[in-house]
Amino acid sequence: MESFAALAHGMAVAVQPMNLLYALIGVFLGTAVGVLPGIGPALTVALLLPVTYKLDPGGSLIMFAGIYYGGMYGGSTTAILINTPGESASMATALEGNKMAKAGRGGPALATAAIGSFVAGTIATIGLAFLAPWLVDFAVRFGPEDYFALMCVAFVTVSATFGDSPIRGLTSLFIGLTLGLIGIDKLTGQARLAFGIPELLDGVEVTTLAVGLFAVGEALYVASRRHHAEEQIEPVRGSLWMTMQDWKRSWKAWLRGTMFGFPIGALPAGGAEIPTFLSYSTEKRLTKHPEEFGKGAIEGVAGPEAANNASAAGTLVPLLTLGLPTSATAAMMLAGFQQYGLNPGPLLFAERPDLVWGLIASLFIANVMLLVLNLPLVGLWVRLLAIPQPWLYAGILVFATMGTIAAKPSVVELSMLAGFGLLGFLMRRFDFPIAPVVVGLILGPIAESQLRRALAISLGDPIVLLQSPMSATLLAIALIALVAPFVLKGLDRFKASED
Amino acid sequence: MTADNASNDAPQAPPSRRIDPAGLVIAAALAVLAAVLVWDASRLPTTTMYGMGPEAMPIVVAVGLGLLAIGNLIDALRGNLPPRESADPKPVLLILGGLALLIAIIGFGGGFILATSVLFVATSAAFGRRAILTDLVIALVMSTLIYLAFDRLLTLSLPAGPLERLL
Repeated sequence: MESFAALAHGMAVAVQPMNLLYALIGVFLGTAVGVLPGIGPALTVALLLPVTYKLDPGGSLIMFAGIYYGGMYGGSTTAILINTPGESASMATALEGNKMAKAGRGGPALATAAIGSFVAGTIATIGLAFLAPWLVDFAVRFGPEDYFALMCVAFVTVSATFGDSPIRGLTSLFIGLTLGLIGIDKLTGQARLAFGIPELLDGVEVTTLAVGLFAVGEALYVASRRHHAEEQIEPVRGSLWMTMQDWKRSWKAWLRGTMFGFPIGALPAGGAEIPTFLSYSTEKRLTKHPEEFGKGAIEGVAGPEAANNASAAGTLVPLLTLGLPTSATAAMMLAGFQQYGLNPGPLLFAERPDLVWGLIASLFIANVMLLVLNLPLVGLWVRLLAIPQPWLYAGILVFATMGTIAAKPSVVELSMLAGFGLLGFLMRRFDFPIAPVVVGLILGPIAESQLRRALAISLGDPIVLLQSPMSATLLAIALIALVAPFVLKGLDRFKASED
Repeated sequence: MTADNASNDAPQAPPSRRIDPAGLVIAAALAVLAAVLVWDASRLPTTTMYGMGPEAMPIVVAVGLGLLAIGNLIDALRGNLPPRESADPKPVLLILGGLALLIAIIGFGGGFILATSVLFVATSAAFGRRAILTDLVIALVMSTLIYLAFDRLLTLSLPAGPLERLL
């Protein structure tokens, strides 16, 4: 029951008037930016990081929680109204949601997405609050070799699950690992890959990489294929409210979506696509209105949207308790912690319980605020969607460069931003996943220092990695997760050639 | 950064078994990156006490990159790259040009407002707008407001140039 006491304490932190205000600003900004087409939650968080520079860590993290959930809500609005999901996790929502909007039922679609996100977010945050202390108790016994093994699991699952080719996913990961090597080696003070450029000695800034890859890369990509098709905004017609029947059809889908989303998000496997599509196919199988699927069935919006939000809360479990980001958004959250020199993990729970539990409590508050804010303000969000594309992307790029200019106004840093933008464009064009690059940059240096610490303790004997049962198991899991996609692909080809 | 050779002339490649030249460039780039890592690591003085020195991890990553270069090469030779639609290089170059101008203006002390306004106009033009003067006015007003909001209200220091000093 320590969760209750800790959560109550966190609530007391979160309801202080200033913190409530920060949460409100975060929710508002998060929704406003997240609703813009092509901007997913990860980019929302990356773009809004500079806004929180001057706040104290507590207020900043609370604003972050709001931005995070706000970005998720905003993303689903875009998916429903213009069928351009900002990230793959909203793709399932767009399937039925956009059909509903085209059929003049955009209001109920937005409502079931908003209420479903609220239900899922609340249940999953409760799950987070109860699971976290238990995992923390477990994680304090981790040695450096266990952490290293855990990060190997995250590396493999993040790069093999995202995207459809393990080769391309691993390529992205290794680009990220390479970028993580740049700068001064913390243990020996040697400069690596700095090429005599003083600005590179500090290493690559996570926000510069993320904003370059996501914002600049996306703008270049959309510009390069502008001649293909213009997207259409569906006006919200008719009533915003859900009918009795809509409620009846939605509530079970919300709960089932949550059951898919939270556990899969909480495993260090990353990615919300799997639970959202699992939820979509489950609802399609269980529905009493199979004829509506593909034409705008409300269950097909309610389930995946709940799964999406629940898995977002789920990814906070490994992030907060182990310091392990398993999605691009979680990686950006970690960057938010790191700007204050804070490292999430068991130690942070012990040393700064006010911060961690304040953050968890504000997730509840952000969820309530979004429910209250989102439905009445839907008209405003729709108007944001109507910003003409040239101004929209011009504005996004101005905002993106502003973050870098404010943090480090140097020619080298801005050139890196432009270079990462070009990299992001090429990766999109050739279908390399983006998230593993960010995860590699963040986790690479941590994994390296854990491994070197483990080897220093064992006087250089690598057998230490297999002596701890925890680390041996995790390394075995990583190996299986690495080999499995190749083996399965081989089986597929075998089957195909037999037919 | 590799040049996007194949994009200019690539009409929607059918899911064929043809060799994909872009894939060859990607594989070569990965191999070059691996070589750079090895070269850089070889310059580090080896002061190994116990365990790994600073040069070990770059070598591990370089080996990984080398293997992935081979993997990408095989994919390219088999024509296994996912199909892609044609891309228009002009807007991409326009935006990159805008970014280059922004960097130059910041580098020579031209200030935040001028630099971001140039980027705004370049991007907007890349997305097909032709009303450059209107966009310039919008950009100047917007970046001035951003400058005031962040520099004065949030006390974030944004680089000041001739325009900022007038405020």
